[in-house]
Amino acid sequence: MEELIQKLKEEIIEVLNLEEMEPGEIDPDAPLFGEGLGLDSIDALELIVLLEKNYGIKIEDPKDGRKIFFSLRTMAEYITEHQK
Amino acid sequence: MMADVYAGAENIISSLGFNIAENIANIFAGNTGIVRDESGKYSPIPLPLSVVDHNRLDELFAENLSRENPPVRYTMLEKMFIISIKDALRQNYIEINSSDTLIIISSTKGNIDLLQPEQQKKFGRKRIYLHELGRMIAGYFNNPNTPLIVSNACISGVLGIVYGERLIKSGKYKHVIVCGGDLMSEFIVSGFQSFQSLSMNPCKPFDKTRDGLNLGEGCGTLILSSDPGAFAEKNPVKVLGGAGSNDANHISGPSRTGEGLYIAIDHAFRTSDIHAAQLDTISVHGTATDYNDEMESRALSRAGLEKVPVNSYKGYFGHTLGAAGVIETAISLQSMKKNMLFRSAGYSKHGVSKNINVISKTEEKEINTCLKTASGFGGSNAALVFQKE
Amino acid sequence: MALIIRKYCAIRDARISVDGKAVFSYEGQDGFKKFIRAAYKHYQTDYPKFFKMDNLSKLGFFSVEVLLKGEDILKLHPAEKTGIILTNASSSLEIDEKHFESIKDRGHYFPSPSNFVYTLPNIMAGEAAIRHKIKGENTVLISEHFDPELVFCLVELAFKSKLLSSCICGWVEQYENNYESLLFLVEKDKNNSAEDIIFEPSNLTNIYKLEQKDGRINTKA
Repeated sequence: MEELIQKLKEEIIEVLNLEEMEPGEIDPDAPLFGEGLGLDSIDALELIVLLEKNYGIKIEDPKDGRKIFFSLRTMAEYITEHQK
Repeated sequence: MMADVYAGAENIISSLGFNIAENIANIFAGNTGIVRDESGKYSPIPLPLSVVDHNRLDELFAENLSRENPPVRYTMLEKMFIISIKDALRQNYIEINSSDTLIIISSTKGNIDLLQPEQQKKFGRKRIYLHELGRMIAGYFNNPNTPLIVSNACISGVLGIVYGERLIKSGKYKHVIVCGGDLMSEFIVSGFQSFQSLSMNPCKPFDKTRDGLNLGEGCGTLILSSDPGAFAEKNPVKVLGGAGSNDANHISGPSRTGEGLYIAIDHAFRTSDIHAAQLDTISVHGTATDYNDEMESRALSRAGLEKVPVNSYKGYFGHTLGAAGVIETAISLQSMKKNMLFRSAGYSKHGVSKNINVISKTEEKEINTCLKTASGFGGSNAALVFQKE
Repeated sequence: MALIIRKYCAIRDARISVDGKAVFSYEGQDGFKKFIRAAYKHYQTDYPKFFKMDNLSKLGFFSVEVLLKGEDILKLHPAEKTGIILTNASSSLEIDEKHFESIKDRGHYFPSPSNFVYTLPNIMAGEAAIRHKIKGENTVLISEHFDPELVFCLVELAFKSKLLSSCICGWVEQYENNYESLLFLVEKDKNNSAEDIIFEPSNLTNIYKLEQKDGRINTKA
């Protein structure tokens, strides 16, 4: 799990262009949206693409994203559960 | 002395026909041009789309070409623009090859199909630039002026008319041909898909069960002129004025408050010197996404327009991007001339927070003054006011 | 009604100038991305969304940033009467090609929403509007070259319709490492000061020529 979280940190920084962030600065339990990283609705859609592209997981209803992308840890948990 | 500006000679090329009569007949009959497309041409999965009959376009174009032009290759979009303008000119006496006439092209993506290598080989890379497209159209008609090219996402069409009106009012040109067009492409479809904003069914603007938009392609043309006698039809409609605005909120999500659209409407009213109570009908953007329609209902409410019959034409044509503003204005002009309110297709159960008056059946009503609005990516909004003499 | 250019700025050849005076230059010859990043740092801009923008929006956004540096524009003009009217030649071609690449192969089909949104050239005006809370008319038009007559004509008409009290306008062109911007902050003349530059096509042409005087004119793609 920790390994996956670390990998996700790097992927998120790259795909969401969080140029000013270092992986170490992202708290795996902090909310990704709202205050935390300042992500917005386009970032949420981009994370859906990331899950499909890098992990083969398709999220059919974007509304599910809110729970899945709550934090890095919830995201990693979702991937572990759903990856074939 | 500021010149009055008249609008008319409208043409629409869409899934519902190649001229205004065909399009209106279909709207009267309640037909939609949105059809499930299984060709795989635009998307890996079947999707409801509103597509123009390209074979018919090619045939029509071939007839025209053999008569009047040296053999130059035109792209599908250029053909659409040319056929559309030609049809508008048949309803008007202006000289398109005169320096008094300007062509305005509104397009979101222009010849975007030329990103495909085989298309690029056929037409040359240069043609992907919108100014080249403009040059081709002006060249075809021997118009001496460099066309004005508006590329402002989904409000391009309405803005084209706004600028056309100002250019005539100020006396810079006597006549302006405003032509808005965009093609269906995998480029656009995949993008809207990645935004999760496409519905798998014909769209339902302002309805409770709306779940996204349908994409469409098409082209619309209007002629604006300072001379009311330039139109074959008597009593052309006047363009009173228009304005644009920005939400200054988000690049893809519409403002939650509708403030930006409200500003555009308010400014359009001011520059037209009319007020909310004078309006007989409104044609809004109405894409049938959750947020857009909700935002529009709030802006209309704030502008004191809750009672005015309002329509989205997206249920007939889908969202035709840069063409939408011109196509929908053309239908609105018909609505005024025929004194008819057209049903807002796809609407049955009210689904926005404000109590706006969405038109639920096609019926007669005297219409003298009409508002047209558009909103789009980038937070931009535009509004225009038309009135009968 | 006379309109004046209260301020102008230009970005090209890894240099930024304001009112004709150089204010920043970047020594590296390694392209637009590095240059604009260095400029962002130099100006101590704190706006993480900048890094999410495509290159055209970065140039448009940053040009407005430089133009409005030290200006409290909304103190002088209502937000809804401040406009942005920009022109360019290549539209959003660079990011268009990137989006097209992402859908070329149906077996590896991953269109990115954050790329797609930038495939509209007017997003650069939207980004600047969001940053500075500018709510007036905003338009992007396409012309083959910087066209002083076109910019002047449309801006003047918007002022004449009484919808604007100030306007950011000009040229923002970028395709790969060919980039160039020239923006003007235009206002109604209130003081009739002799130092004011009148907003008229000949002055726009002259300023553009001066900005290019080292001969490295905008190279077209």
